[in-house]
Amino acid sequence: MIELKNICFTRNKKKILDNINLTLEDEKFYCLTGPNGSGKSTLAKIMAGIEKPDSGQILLNGVDITEKSIDERANMGIGFAFQQPVRFKGITVYDLLKFATKKEINKKEACEYLSKVGLCALEYVDREVNNSLSGGELKRIEIATVIARNPSVAIFDEPEAGIDLWSFQNLNTVFKELEANYKGVTFVISHQERILDIADEIILLKQGKIVTCGKKEDMLDSILESSKCCKKVKE
Amino acid sequence: MNTTEQLLEEVVGKKVREADAFNIRIDGKCAERKESPYVKIITKKEKSGIDVHVKEDTKLAFVHIPVIITESGLTDVVYNDFYIEKNSNVIIIAGCGIHNEHQKNSEHDGIHRFFLGENAKVKYIEKHYGSGSGDGKKILNPTTEIYMEPNSSMTMETVQIKGVDDTLRVTKATLDKNCTLVINEKILTNQKQQAKTEFLVEINGDNASTHVTSRSVATEESYQEFKSNIIGNAKCYAHVECDGILKEKGQVKAVPEIFAKNIDANLIHEAAIGKIAGEQLLKLMSLGLSEKEAEDAIIKGFLK
Repeated sequence: MIELKNICFTRNKKKILDNINLTLEDEKFYCLTGPNGSGKSTLAKIMAGIEKPDSGQILLNGVDITEKSIDERANMGIGFAFQQPVRFKGITVYDLLKFATKKEINKKEACEYLSKVGLCALEYVDREVNNSLSGGELKRIEIATVIARNPSVAIFDEPEAGIDLWSFQNLNTVFKELEANYKGVTFVISHQERILDIADEIILLKQGKIVTCGKKEDMLDSILESSKCCKKVKE
Repeated sequence: MNTTEQLLEEVVGKKVREADAFNIRIDGKCAERKESPYVKIITKKEKSGIDVHVKEDTKLAFVHIPVIITESGLTDVVYNDFYIEKNSNVIIIAGCGIHNEHQKNSEHDGIHRFFLGENAKVKYIEKHYGSGSGDGKKILNPTTEIYMEPNSSMTMETVQIKGVDDTLRVTKATLDKNCTLVINEKILTNQKQQAKTEFLVEINGDNASTHVTSRSVATEESYQEFKSNIIGNAKCYAHVECDGILKEKGQVKAVPEIFAKNIDANLIHEAAIGKIAGEQLLKLMSLGLSEKEAEDAIIKGFLK
């Protein structure tokens, strides 16, 4: 379980996050949605430790992690999939999966993680995580590195951004499986109706504030009809 | 294990004496040699060095030619020529290890020339290594000249990781038609070390290509310089890539030169120098590595 208490974050005199209070429970799939610039990615980065809030507190399973660094939080159980996966020179997919699991996994085990995200594993495991991979491939590898960590809180920042429709179909299957089997907290930032559809709870963020939060049955229709962001969903 | 054996292992690996043919040179003299029915090694008469002949149609031969210097103050200049006859395939591992515990400089200048016959295939691996805590510098200045006849191919991999104070590495090649030359160079310098590399590749035959990749990491107060000059005289393809990572006060200078003298020559040069990208560190830290571990992993991968 992860709790955010009174989180505030201001940059260039603009309130990006305005007193966020949120409790995310284990075995639940949450979807954070909202217009561009509403503070979604900042909120995710604050949870992962990439950004530090100006005020407020973050508790992971009751432990205050507000002052913990990115790697300390990672080792305490927070997993974060970047919106724009990072490219490396010389580091292979296999290397990344070994870092993620923190052990000397063999290639067969590495391939299992890649198969989970719909990649034909043997073709990818030895490839460098560089420009030769497409956006969709990088995105799925990024997700595989988070799944491989088996974190207690898995955060995915717009997993659908920058990928084609074909790759998205596969991703949707990955998230459906996570929703069904994952024991920790799944927290996905998304605009996609099909991902919102999977969520146990949807959180709507606007201008740095949580506008509404609740079960998908109660919220989906109103979100789809009311907010600006949802034009994107309908498209 | 004594110093010599340690240095041999560093530059060539544990199986130094298991090659089809080898020539071990220690402190300016040939210490051990083995030949095979396909590989002949002959000591030069007029100057210091050897001629290595790989017979026509040799299917696959391994040749090791390490040089070890443990004598402080020694300047060892050696001329090695490799004649790789047509249709033969050979893997050559060379390397130089210098151990200097004293005040005087130790230097090895290896001038290697490769003559590749038609359809010959060569993989050449060269590793440079320095050890010892003396004030005397460890200096390595290798020159490699490559002459390629039609349809031949060569891959050259050079590695220099720490320990060498001063190096000037010069590589020159001429390519005839349908030849392929791939060069991968990896250098890490620290302290006040200097490493300069120069490549001059002339492509004279149609459908020949070259790919030169240099990856350098300059840390502490070290300095590296990369110069390349690729000349396309025919319908050819060349790609030169120079990537440098800077740490602390390290400096890297890249001087690219490409000269297309034929309408169908396609020459590309890419150079990128800078510190480790912050986002790369963030990604690895989000996988649980500390900042230091992330930095080491990025450099290790970069120089792999």
